[in-house]
Amino acid sequence: MRLRAAAALALALCTGASAQERALPLDRLKSGSDFLGADLRALQSDDIANPAMLWVERGAKMWSERAGSAGRSCADCHQDAAKTMRGVAAWYPKYDAARGRLLNLEGRINACRVEHQGAQPFKHESEELLSISAYVASQSRGLPIHVGIDGPARPHFEAGRAAYYRRRGQMNLACAQCHEENWGKRLFAETLSQGQPNGYPAYRMEWQTLGSEERRLRACLSGVRAEMLPYGAPEYLDLELFLAWRAQGLKIESPAVRR
Amino acid sequence: MAARIQVPPQAKRGEPMPVRIIIQHPMETGYRHDEVGHPIKRNVIRELSCRYDGVEVFRADLSSGIAANPYIQFYTVPEASGVLELSWIDDEGVRGSERAPVVVA
Repeated sequence: MRLRAAAALALALCTGASAQERALPLDRLKSGSDFLGADLRALQSDDIANPAMLWVERGAKMWSERAGSAGRSCADCHQDAAKTMRGVAAWYPKYDAARGRLLNLEGRINACRVEHQGAQPFKHESEELLSISAYVASQSRGLPIHVGIDGPARPHFEAGRAAYYRRRGQMNLACAQCHEENWGKRLFAETLSQGQPNGYPAYRMEWQTLGSEERRLRACLSGVRAEMLPYGAPEYLDLELFLAWRAQGLKIESPAVRR
Repeated sequence: MAARIQVPPQAKRGEPMPVRIIIQHPMETGYRHDEVGHPIKRNVIRELSCRYDGVEVFRADLSSGIAANPYIQFYTVPEASGVLELSWIDDEGVRGSERAPVVVA
């Protein structure tokens, strides 16, 4: 039954992916903030109280700081981020034809750093990478996610979808079992969310710090007692692409506050 | 470590004015262990104080129970325009400070 449904979905996708074919159509999409209490929602919507804005502020400073052997800053090429970066986070992860690989926002920033600034790439989950990616992502607040899954991005998308529906770990759970079939129900003290990526990088109360979507995926893997792949593993990127497509139309809230 | 202070764009003379502060700090509790089981040393903001034109208007002694990146709000009554200066020190002796001008009408 599941196989047949998956085959039908695959067939539907081959003819072009529109909103109607998704497991969660636009009117049923719920952002992670819809599953928060009033206190955390208030924290997120208040730019002074939202602790993630500390990273955004640092990212804003980094934007015009020169780096690398080229001695160039982000602003030297991209000028005013409020204009040039508006909407950019909404179409990542994106297949980068020039580099021949799928990149998320963090990966794209690091590519710029290496190729145009002549600097070392930032490490995963480093304060620097979180700050600059939060700053860039925050420029797209309020804009709907819209990623491309056709052409060379298609195999990544299919791999991401397969990963999403694959059972894994000692708990033998697939992402979809919690976030598609049972969202809105309780898992111990928590309400299961739809697992939407529109708030990342996000300040998570559990972490007491800002973290990337990849770190959040790792937290889920650990939750189902599955093997956590190393940071930067391509499977995370594929999954991020599938999740972004699944969230298509949902407005970006980065940097959000999450439980 | 960064900090942000928010004061109203214009305060009224003799009337309570809200001051909101957020400081970036891990506020390590001292009760946690790292991946190999060694205890992680406590490192919290031990003390923070706020001076208004050199006069202390707010002081707090924080401890392990306060979450990371502490957010604090208090009220003070300004009598004249001036500069609000926040300073803090943590268990490792690292000091930080931040200033915000206050305009009193």
